[in-house]
Amino acid sequence: MSLSPVSLSASPSWFQSRATSAWSEFQSLPVPGIKDEHWRYSNAKRIELDTLINATPAPATDVQRAIDGSKGLAKTAARFVFVNEVLVESSSDAPAGVVCVSFEEALKSHGDVLQQHFMKREMELGSAKFAALHLALVRSGTVIIVPKGVKLDAPIEVFHWAAGANVAIFPHTLIVTGDHAEVVVVDHYRSLDDTPGLSCAVADLIGSPGSHVTYVVCQEMSDHAQAMHLSSTSAGKDAQMKNFQLQLGADFSRSESVSDLVGAGARSDMLSVSMPLGEQIVDQRTLQKHKAAHATSDLLYKNALYDQTRTVFSGLIIVDEGAHYTDAYQTNRNLLNSKEAEANSMPGLEINADQVKCSHGATSAPVSEDELFYLKARGISDGEARKLIVLGFIEDTVTRIGHAEVEAMVCERIEEKFARIS
Amino acid sequence: MSLQIKDLHAKIPDREILKGLTLTIEPGKVHAIMGPNGSGKSTLSKVLCGHEDYEVTGGEVTMDGQNLLELSVDARARAGLFLAFQYPHEIPGVTNANFIRAAKKARLPEGEDIDAIAFYRQLYARMDQLEMDRSFTSRSVNEGFSGGEKKRNEILQLMMLEPRYAVLDETDSGLDIDALKICARGVNAMRSEDRGFLVITHYQRLLDYIKPDIVHVMMEGRIVMTGGPELALELEAKGYDWIQPEALAAAA
Repeated sequence: MSLSPVSLSASPSWFQSRATSAWSEFQSLPVPGIKDEHWRYSNAKRIELDTLINATPAPATDVQRAIDGSKGLAKTAARFVFVNEVLVESSSDAPAGVVCVSFEEALKSHGDVLQQHFMKREMELGSAKFAALHLALVRSGTVIIVPKGVKLDAPIEVFHWAAGANVAIFPHTLIVTGDHAEVVVVDHYRSLDDTPGLSCAVADLIGSPGSHVTYVVCQEMSDHAQAMHLSSTSAGKDAQMKNFQLQLGADFSRSESVSDLVGAGARSDMLSVSMPLGEQIVDQRTLQKHKAAHATSDLLYKNALYDQTRTVFSGLIIVDEGAHYTDAYQTNRNLLNSKEAEANSMPGLEINADQVKCSHGATSAPVSEDELFYLKARGISDGEARKLIVLGFIEDTVTRIGHAEVEAMVCERIEEKFARIS
Repeated sequence: MSLQIKDLHAKIPDREILKGLTLTIEPGKVHAIMGPNGSGKSTLSKVLCGHEDYEVTGGEVTMDGQNLLELSVDARARAGLFLAFQYPHEIPGVTNANFIRAAKKARLPEGEDIDAIAFYRQLYARMDQLEMDRSFTSRSVNEGFSGGEKKRNEILQLMMLEPRYAVLDETDSGLDIDALKICARGVNAMRSEDRGFLVITHYQRLLDYIKPDIVHVMMEGRIVMTGGPELALELEAKGYDWIQPEALAAAA
């Protein structure tokens, strides 16, 4: 049993040839070793490629369970549910002109947009092999094109389910906005049962001048599965891009998030919250690349670690020559709820321009005994007090999403994970 | 019915701080403890609450017959004990309203939640009494509060949680006279036949506004003298030095 290439019927020839060469690339590239700088403190072998199998259509009962379990936002502009890469439910109230279709559909209807934007960004953060695998096997996910000036009030919400043991899914998300367009997109990655498997997702987020894109990942794969999420953001002139990653599931999750600030006045907010339990490992790699002057990037990654968990944060800010008046900030904070938990943090800066404001900082500290005592002295139990402190710790990150319903949904997911803390 | 402290001994790892303290606080009464720095006043408040930095090595504490020393910090609070902190801690990201609500909810049976409308009605009424702006509900607990605002926030919690016994640890420290009057007004509003107070202070000034029924002098980990409100005035005028030789000998 192992993965094998798929061919998408009626896909454009450029896509077929890219997929074919990606498969060769995947096969020829070595699994990154522990000496690879991008995998320091981590281990790519946690993704058990040999055990994985291609997704096949799930039985009707599984499909129904996934649909029933796809409870998210009350109000959406469009909604998609994929089970084992098959689109099983969709609805859309998006305004005329907005393209919001499955990846497979987009290959037929909007091949030109895909050809221009699909996975064009070089994978700089260590997962070229997994990106090649994604490209070779991708067939699910969504393509969202919001025309110039169109503002979607309600979010677009997408559920990606893996059903069955060892199933690998490769969901793709491509968001392209026209000038001054606005959109909020939420991707959920979940396992239907408590089985091993892999979600290897890639997102391309292309923000045209003046547009606002808020992209939210809720990763809740099973504790026996692995999750990869590779995202590339391109922020045009005066565009405001947000990429929020909620990493709750998987025994090993790895997110790579790149922001290219390509237009003057662009802003990119890179946000993440995780709360690993048991022996979960959360691996986070980021790059803030300032190519244009007067742009801002602001990264805030917060991890609340429990038990014997580990987190790895490695972040780099690169300010290119000519990217003067850059504001670039990077903060990684880790709250340790256990003596055995371990947070590794590797911030980095590379500045090649003048008049630049840059800062990076990482902290790692146990829950304050003083705060705990204060809460308990008011009658709040130890467990409830710790929960309040953790919720308080991540509050400023969640509220930076800037969309009340999505923030509430994110808090609900976190609340659900709290229920598992004994 | 009372908060009874009998021959209480407590220590930090290398030093005994409470050395046989005995005190009974009846509901309806305001007791004041005065004493010089280092006499163990703040230690007493923390030991009563169950702070784990202190080890109780002897004696007993009962609250309305219940052995307080065998209860956890939070269980003591739920049983009706309240401490207004000398240095209230900041809880980043947790709003004041959510904090107080969580504390009230902790007193309800498992699974029950508090009535949000009634809660906010009560909260706003108490805040008005303490001249606290409504913005304090949505600000993080004590974060960025001035010294006076923190103390008012302690009294607000006292008023919201309505304990059986309240210990006020140096509530007057760091307060200007206006803030002191406001805090005292809140405390006085909570005085009742069902509630006992222990007011710990270094200065007599607070007792002009919160009139005690009984005044104790604490020195070297023990109560060395007890009297009426006039004792506080005498201490203010004469300091603590005159007490030392004979009283300490008597208490020991």
